[in-house]
Parts: sequence; C-alpha cells; structure tokens
Amino acid sequence: MKNTIAERITDFIKMYPPFDNLPYNELYKLAEDTRVIYLDKDETLYTQGKPPKEHFFIVNQGAIRIYRQEGEKTIEVEMCDEGDVLGLRPLIVNENYTLNAKAYEESIVYAIPIQNFNKQFENNSEVSKYLITRFASNSATRFSQEDNERIFADYKRTTNTDYFSSKISNLMTTAVCCNHKSTIQEAATIMSENKISSIFVLKKDKPAGVITNKDLLHKVATGKFTIDQNVKKIMSSPVITASPDISIAEAQIIMLKNKIGNVCVTKDGTPDSKLLGMLTQQDIVASLSNNPAILLKQISRARTIPRLRDLRQQLNDLLTRFINQHISFTHTLTVVAELNETINQKAVEISIKELNKTPPVRFALFALGSQGRKEQLVPTDQDNGIIFEDVPDDKLESIRSFFLELATIINKNLHSIGYEYCPAEMMASNPKWCLSKKEWESQFKDWIFNPTEKNILLSAIFFDFNFVYGDKELVNDMTAIVHESTENNNRFFMFMAKDALKSPSPLGFFRQFLVDQDGAHKDHFNIKQRALMPLIDAARILTLQHNLQGINNTAERYYKLRELEPQNAEIYEACAYAFKALLKYKTKNGLTTLGEDDGKFIKLENLTKSDKVKLRRCFKPIKSIQEVITIRFQPTL
Amino acid sequence: MWNYIKKNIAYFLKKRHLPDYWKTYVESLKNIPTKSIEESKFVVFDCETSGLNPKEDRILSMGAVIIRGNTIEVKDNFEVYLEQDVFNRESVAIHGLLKKGKQKKISEEQAIKDFLIYIEGAILVGHHISFDVACVNYALKRMGLPKLKNKVLDTGILFKKTKHQLYAEAFTKVFSLDDVCDELKVKKKDRHTASGDAYITAIVFFKILGRLNRNNDLTLKELFFTPKMIY
Repeated sequence: MKNTIAERITDFIKMYPPFDNLPYNELYKLAEDTRVIYLDKDETLYTQGKPPKEHFFIVNQGAIRIYRQEGEKTIEVEMCDEGDVLGLRPLIVNENYTLNAKAYEESIVYAIPIQNFNKQFENNSEVSKYLITRFASNSATRFSQEDNERIFADYKRTTNTDYFSSKISNLMTTAVCCNHKSTIQEAATIMSENKISSIFVLKKDKPAGVITNKDLLHKVATGKFTIDQNVKKIMSSPVITASPDISIAEAQIIMLKNKIGNVCVTKDGTPDSKLLGMLTQQDIVASLSNNPAILLKQISRARTIPRLRDLRQQLNDLLTRFINQHISFTHTLTVVAELNETINQKAVEISIKELNKTPPVRFALFALGSQGRKEQLVPTDQDNGIIFEDVPDDKLESIRSFFLELATIINKNLHSIGYEYCPAEMMASNPKWCLSKKEWESQFKDWIFNPTEKNILLSAIFFDFNFVYGDKELVNDMTAIVHESTENNNRFFMFMAKDALKSPSPLGFFRQFLVDQDGAHKDHFNIKQRALMPLIDAARILTLQHNLQGINNTAERYYKLRELEPQNAEIYEACAYAFKALLKYKTKNGLTTLGEDDGKFIKLENLTKSDKVKLRRCFKPIKSIQEVITIRFQPTL
Repeated sequence: MWNYIKKNIAYFLKKRHLPDYWKTYVESLKNIPTKSIEESKFVVFDCETSGLNPKEDRILSMGAVIIRGNTIEVKDNFEVYLEQDVFNRESVAIHGLLKKGKQKKISEEQAIKDFLIYIEGAILVGHHISFDVACVNYALKRMGLPKLKNKVLDTGILFKKTKHQLYAEAFTKVFSLDDVCDELKVKKKDRHTASGDAYITAIVFFKILGRLNRNNDLTLKELFFTPKMIY
C-alpha cells in the first residue's frame, strides 16, 4: 500500500546526516515504522535516569531543550533544532538516559525505532564512521559548541558550576587579544569595542603579555608613552596563566595571590603554550552568587542570543532568590525591570547586527503592556512596537518593509530568549504596529477620539508604552501627543473609566471569591484580570487626567497621585500597597507553576486561610478606587 | 399511529439485517469509557472526491491517520484509492487522480468496510469535516447502511477557538485548510492528496490542541464545547 506520510518523512530525514548518504528505499522502510510525536512547550521527551526507549528521535519542527538535572540545579546542555538527532547514544551503548529532553517550544519529533535502524545500517561504514566521530567529539567550551553542527547533542560536556570539582574550562570565555606588533591605540580600540578592561598580547598564539585599564591610565594617559607606540612598551609580562583542568577554587586562589581580576587559560597552563581563553573574577562570582550588578555587566557584554537566553534564565534564578529572601519587593521590581530592559536592548542590538544593514532613518522600539509599565517579573509575551521618523510618502513603504524585516528578527530573537510571541500579535513585526511618527499620531488620535470598545481595549495596552531602544526623542514626542489629545477630553476619560470598571470587585455577594465560570480555567481565580487590572487601569486613567508624563509603573503612579491629591492620599497609598502585594503573589505563583500563564490563575483550593484573608484585604482598595473613578468620570451616564 | 409502529418494526427488521462488521463498529463506539484527550483515539481523515456535491459525486481516495497520545504511528496510515464510476473532468486539476491511474484501486464497498474497522472507537477529526462525513454517509446509504455514529471535531471551528478575543472578526470568517496552515506555520506538502491532507490536518490538530491546552488541563468535554459566537 502506498504511504504518502512515510514518503514525506523520508524526504525530510534524507536531508540530514547520517541519513543523507543512505539510499531512498532503505530510508523509506525506516520511515514506515516511524512515529510522529507532537510535544507542546515543556512536554518531556525523555527523562534522565530512565531506561532508553526503543526509538531515537529527529526533530522535524520546533526545538528540544536538553539539560541535566543535578540535585536542585538544572544545567543546560543543548538546544536541538530542526534535523538534529537526539537520544541515540543511550540506545547504542545500552545505558540509561543521562540527560533530560523537553520541548523548548511546540515541536514535532519523529521517533525512529532503533532495531530497524541497526538492522539496516549496522554494516554501513559511512554511518558507523559518522557515529564514532560524533560520539568522540566533546568540545570543551560552550562557545565552540554553538558553532558546531549540533547533531547527537547528548554527548556534549556541560557547564557545571560546582566550586571545587568543576573545571574552569566550563566557565572560560573567549579572550580578547591583539597582536604583539599592534600599537597602543589599536589595542585600546579593541578594548573599547569589546567593552573590556584588559587585553592579551599574543605572539604566535601564545600570550606574551597583558594590558589593563590601569596600564593605560598610568603609562599612557600620564604622557609617559604615546598612543602610536608598540603595545610591548606598556604590557605586563609574563602573563599569569592556568591550565583548563584546574578547579574554580584553584583559579580563584591564583587570582587572589597575584591580585589580578582575570587569569589567562592556556593549553598546558604555562605562558608558553597556546591561549585557549580567559577566566574572570566576575564570571566566577556570577556563576556562584548571581549578583545583579554582575549580571547586568554580563548582559551588556553578551554577543549571542543563546548567551542572552542563559542570562535571562539566571535572572529568573535571581528573582526566585529575591522573593524567597523577602527582599523589598519595590527593589526587586526595579532590579528585574532594569535587567529585563537591558536584555531587550541587547537583543535589538544583536538583531540589527544580524540584519547587517544600517537603519535608513531614526527609529525607536518601545515596549507595551506590563513590560512598558516595568512590572514584568516572570517573562510573559512580548508586546512591542516600532516608531520611525516621518519620511516622504513614496519612500514610506520601502522603509516600513526594512523595519518589518528588522522587527521579525527582533521578535524571533526575543522568542528564543524566552519571551513568548504575543497571541494577539501586538508585536513590531505586525505591519499594524510598525508605523511612522505621523501614522502613530493619527493612530493614537483615532483611539482617543473614536472610543469604540475595541479602540479602548487597544488604548489600554498601548498607553503604557515605554522606550526600549533607538531614538528616545521619537517616543517622547509620542507621549506628548497622547497627553495633548487627552487633556480635558472628558468623553475619552468617560469611556476609559467604563473600561476600567468592567471587572467589578473580586468579591461576590457572600464575600466569596469570584472564580471563572467556564473555559479552561474553571474554578480558578484570575488574579490578573480580577485584581491587578482594575488597579492598573485606574492608575492609568488618573495619571492621564493629571497629565503626568513618564511614570509608567503602577505603584509609582499611585505614589505620585498621593502627592497630588492629599484628600485621597489614603486610598492611593492603599492601592499602591495592594498592587505590590498582589503582583508579588502572582509572581510567586508564576514561579511555582513554571511560567505557565505567568501565574495569573490561582487555584482557590491551594490557598491557605491566611492567604485568602491577605488577598481579601488587598481587594478593599480596589473597591475604593473604583468608587473614586465612578464619581469623577461618571461613566455610567 | 400505525405508520409510527410500522416504521419502528421496519427499523428493527432492518437493524437485524445489518452486516456483522457494522454491528461491531457500532458496538465499539458504545463501549468508550469517558476518556481523557491523551487516551482517546482520534482519526484524522480526508476524502478526495469527484466534486462538491456529496450526493452526486463519489469518493476517489481516502486518507486517514490515527492519533493517540500526541503520537501518529506511520505504519497505521490508512490510504485507499477507489474505483471510479462517476468521473468529473473539472476536479482532476485539483486532486490529479485519473480514471485509470497507477495506484491500486479497490471497490467503494471494500473501502468503506476497511474504513469502518479503522475508525472503531474513534473520534473523527477533519477540516470542514461535515463534507467528508456526508460523502461517507452517502456511500453507506448506497450500501444500505445507516449514517456514521462517531463523534466529530472540525479543525476549522477548533482553530477559531484559538483566536484571541481582540480578533473577534475571525469568528465569522471561514478558514480554508491553506489559511490555517499559513497561520500555524504548517508545511503544505502533498496538499490535495487524501493522505497528505489528512496528515497536514493532523499536524494542524496537534497545534490547535497545544494552543488550547496551554495550562495542561483541557478536557475532552471542553474540546466539544463551542461558544455560540464562533458560529
């Protein structure tokens, strides 16, 4: 019987090694016994320590994340993309899975039975040669792994940040170097471009010396040497070196002894062998303690998207730690928002490099929704838009298409970092939200002067925009336009107020929580919609009314309102407090449910009595603020 | 009154004369315990027909795959080509099935018999499936059998359920399989062969389930529930 699906699978696998050298007929036989498996985000393909299944896998669509679980820690190993083969080694050497495989995003995987594979290809020298080389390759650093073809990913060494046993090769980063014939100016330029404080001077791949910021300060800036002289004049030599096999603890002792911030890693540990990379004090501290300042530094130095993904993961760990240690929530909010913004900026920067074209006119990327309000703790969907300078009409479309192309890359990269695509497509890659200044102006005016239900819904999202990257002036101009059009615009406020009041107080008649009646979240309490949104909406409309510019954070808005309206100070104070408490609650929930829906759905049965009382206490200000809004804007008229 | 009784008697007589394979088919559907989505057997299927009138036109080929627990077993693929007595020139351009094509062909009766065995205890899934079901029902009628008894799910409607409420205008739109594939980024290979379309629809079905089941608590009942506004 003809089997179209098997044909399709054959067509796919024959594009990828080791299948690419095999005859079609044999692959077809293999394909006939294949299974097609669908995995939704975070579904498990196989688990560490479990006996191997009868199949190995090849990714057809999506990405599978491979990681190792060591006690509490998860260590990222690899990301398998389309065409990557995984889970084969345990089958061949007949051992348990040593790694976990989970869908990083929605994926389709072909499961190929190992028996058939063995039967057909056991004696194929091409295949066995391929397998041997793949299994034997174990490159030392993660950075070189990224460049490798990523097939048979199971057998790669991992980063492990155990202080005493882990080798420094796991933490080692690429060293920035210059040639021994370079001038001081050239070396300084490289340092400035890479944003680093020291540079190695290489002679035939061997480290001959090192120049640090201090050398530049003491020896050049003071006028002792001029910038066109040779680097040898000011470099310190010999270089302190270490072998890649020593432990992190040992490396730190070397640094302390020599009072240096970084150590050069060479092949045999002496200055007289090939330079492999370097290890900085910051990398060590960062790997051990997760300090926000160091994380920020690492983010601004990141050069690849996978690196940013790791850092975003570290940011999550940091957040968990902050929350568990009961560090002031305001502080947590500020720190995380700041780091988040830097990651976003960096992602845009990398995307522009990836596109490899200079933007034709000034532009800015701005964030919307929770990110715009700087209240995004657990990563949610990305909501963003692009504004670019006004251009003549005949050029408009070609310039828009440039920015759409850029936006597509940005959205894709943000997605790889861990920000979901927005289901409502509130993203810059949507032509509707990639507009010139003039177009945004008329778009905002349309929302403000034609307050239909849909327009009000959109304004609620778009009015909390916040500058991320590019030309800040464009975003500031947009803010000015919004405030100009809303000033004393009572009709608009009335509609906004109506929208702000659409979720009534979260408590029902009998002081019961109002839960979702149907749909997927039956009997869940939607903390975002029921409790946070009313507070956010109320703060937005009140700040618009007062023409307060540049304050997006809901809690800060309430604090500012408290100053402006002393007669309502108590209510605003209570709202700010309630907002922070609720957001903290949501974040905690989001961290435990591991990113699913960022924690907005709370199962009532999981709440303790005291939790319920605490939540209820937060609901009181919602009622008060809604009354303020009803009286002030008269939306019911 | 008499008519009613007569009709009932006629019905029971007819029922007694139903062939065994039909009885086992019906029996298989009765004994489905309420299952979760994971445990359910879904059959995604598609028919290529000689035209768009289920009564006049005939099924030319049928393709189907079984989904169990997010997995398609390739060797369980169902793919048959039918002997054609109604031939329609215009539709050849779409499906490319000739009257005397290369594929091995079987009679309509045999195809339907095989199909009934294939869909035992299953929930049928298809894109705009009412058409395909109607085609099969007319084929069953020609064989003197009642209509299909399976529960059905239409990916055209399920897809609308994945839409955000901001895009409410989508609820009134009709989405072709091509539209859905484009939006869900499903590759459209072997489009307009019954088996290819069935596979594509299966992938679409997976992706829709994934979207509807973001919180891992989607139940079978919810899957069959469609809010009124979507129609």
